[in-house]
Amino acid sequence: MSTATYSTDRPPNVSGASLEPQAAVARHPLDTCADDVIKVLRDDGSLDPAHDPKLEPSEVIALYKAMVRTRLLDERLVALQRQGRIGFHIGSLGEEATVLGSVSATRPQDWVFPCYREFGAALWRGLPLQRYIDNMFGNANDTVKGRQMPDHYTYREGHFGSVSSPIGTQITQAVGFAWAAKLKRDELVTLAYFGDGATSSSDFHSALNFAGVFKVPIIFLCRNNGWAISVPTERQTSSNTFASKGVAYGVPGVRVDGNDVFAVVKVTRDAIARASRGEGATLIEAMTYRLSGHSTSDDPKAYRPEAWLDPWRRLDPIARLRRHVERTQGWTDAQDREIEAAVDAEVKACIAVSEKVPPPSLDSMFEDVYAEPPWHLVEQREQLKAGPRPKGHGGH
Amino acid sequence: MPQMNMVQAINDALRHEMRRDSRVVVLGEDVGKVGGVFRVTQGLFDEFGDDRVIDTPLSENGIVGTAIGMALYGLVPIPEIQFADFIYPAYDQIVSELAKYRYRSGGEYPSKLVIRTPFGGGIRGGHYHSQSPEAQFVHVAGLKVVCPSNPADAKGLLLSSIRDPDPVLFFEPKRIYRAAKGDVPEGEYTVPLGQAKVVRPGWHVTLVVWGAMLYEALDAANQAAAQGVECEVIDLRTLWPLDIDTVIESVKRTGRFIVVHEAPKSCGLGAELVSLVNEKAFLHLEAPPLRVTGFDTPFPYTLENEYLPLSHRILPAILETARY
Ligand SMILES: Cc1ncc(C[n+]2csc(CCOP(=O)(O)OP(=O)(O)O)c2C)c(N)n1
Repeated sequence: MSTATYSTDRPPNVSGASLEPQAAVARHPLDTCADDVIKVLRDDGSLDPAHDPKLEPSEVIALYKAMVRTRLLDERLVALQRQGRIGFHIGSLGEEATVLGSVSATRPQDWVFPCYREFGAALWRGLPLQRYIDNMFGNANDTVKGRQMPDHYTYREGHFGSVSSPIGTQITQAVGFAWAAKLKRDELVTLAYFGDGATSSSDFHSALNFAGVFKVPIIFLCRNNGWAISVPTERQTSSNTFASKGVAYGVPGVRVDGNDVFAVVKVTRDAIARASRGEGATLIEAMTYRLSGHSTSDDPKAYRPEAWLDPWRRLDPIARLRRHVERTQGWTDAQDREIEAAVDAEVKACIAVSEKVPPPSLDSMFEDVYAEPPWHLVEQREQLKAGPRPKGHGGH
Repeated sequence: MPQMNMVQAINDALRHEMRRDSRVVVLGEDVGKVGGVFRVTQGLFDEFGDDRVIDTPLSENGIVGTAIGMALYGLVPIPEIQFADFIYPAYDQIVSELAKYRYRSGGEYPSKLVIRTPFGGGIRGGHYHSQSPEAQFVHVAGLKVVCPSNPADAKGLLLSSIRDPDPVLFFEPKRIYRAAKGDVPEGEYTVPLGQAKVVRPGWHVTLVVWGAMLYEALDAANQAAAQGVECEVIDLRTLWPLDIDTVIESVKRTGRFIVVHEAPKSCGLGAELVSLVNEKAFLHLEAPPLRVTGFDTPFPYTLENEYLPLSHRILPAILETARY
């Protein structure tokens, strides 16, 4: 009896994203499963013209601000959880370029099927911060009526799906959604997010197979962040890359430096263009790294020495973009402080509001189970309302 | 006797059995180096190595399907499903394969393994981290379903489950993983499957419970006692096949029956128990049997204490039944 041993004593492979200058990749990134990792942003803050998506200066600043806001929100929400004011948070620390680069490449008609780590994408697509924070408190204004854990929001107007905890389930649904759009001849593309762990789920394989067979206009965006809770990527696959998994299904795979927002924008745009031309799905493997715990319930010290973060801290996507905006737009520390102050103010204001909103009504527990509540739910609702309240209930 | 909580007791049982029987392997997501997200398997990786404490890829049907294959080869696999809520990807393997192997092969292939999984609410987990799906497995012929309520039982029942010739689903009430503490016998200690335990003797009302709701039932029973109603509280421990004799014998004395469970009310294990009581003790009943349960909605996040059948809902049911 023997199982392959995975490393518990060496740092993770960071070759996907590196500080070293790289030769331009000659091949078209989406023609093949490239082992090469697409990069644009060089260490000195300049851009490699080979893949430069040529963003307007204002677009770059908008991305920078959104990434910083996402990071600051993560920090504030973790603090809020530690104070016991919210129950949970699952963030994207270190993965901001992957999340924002990809979502910013989508067009208004496109749809997003999220995992649970992409609140930055929902906010980018217009989810009001207040509604997001209401979800973190699970209060009466929460769009999902306090039924789900924090970070499990929904945002239909923003063409944003509903977050589910079970890993991988959204990937097949996203394929069906995109496929339906294709059948109806609507010109839109669906972007599905998931982690490297999700590639082990049966849903991932069904999704890629269907997408390949039916040439579905979808983008599979695998955030390869090194870990599925404590299990490292090499325990999810013995393929050299996650991108290569597309090959067997006839879905091109592409690897991108997930800490380089320009590169992520570029490959996502290319994948959207490809889908729009009727050429079907693309699997993007964004090489990034989870700098925090899996969630506020996780203590990564149990499986990951702090030192392993050092190479990735040097590749911090925000710091890298910061070098670029400083170089090209003369961005200053004072401007950073301004963003921070602005985010702080808006977060504080939203929290103050959310904390005052009462919990959802008892009735709400019985709504939406079915379109119309059947007799047994009506009966149970009345029993609950007539009955005694548990200790510590707000009383309503 | 050392004091342990549920997590420590389950860990102790796993360690004991892995030392005793080299065929025993533990597999699942995060069970290895980190020792499980609830730290139930902590330390096993260091002691037994990664051939026997195996972090698997993130695939429940992979975990259970390969565990079935390992069992067919002669290992004794103990797969962990990180939360019972995530057992559904493995449902086909459990229901169509694991439960039926012995039967469909004319007894040639026993399928013997124990699936451990934390379940239940009260940890602010929302509906994907709080469900109580035990009845869905009770409904499947060929499976045994076990649910301990305290550390000693957790150890004793787990050892019995591992040695049992049939597949066992071992539901661990995570709400009391650390809250329930008690003396746990060292070394070899088993609690036989299929035996309920009368936790509190009484003569007015029979209360049947399992898992974390035991403590709510005891709390309600104590409050009822202050009002002159003495409840007999029975902890089922093995949910299937259940110790019907202990239940019926008690109902015959009390004439009144209440079952409490966290899972939704309809078609739950409570409904089955009420049917059994009706079939076997109808003429002894002084009041209609009652169910105090979760509601027929998904498990909510914010309102979880409204959803759960806590003592504030059990007590009125006791008084109602007693005064019927
Ligand atoms: C089907 C299922 N099994 C187990 C879990 C528990 N769980 C939650 S997140 C997670 C790891 C997911 O890793 P990955 O897909 O790489 O995404 P990441 O969190 O790293 O972004 C696990 C095992 C789950 N949510 N769903």
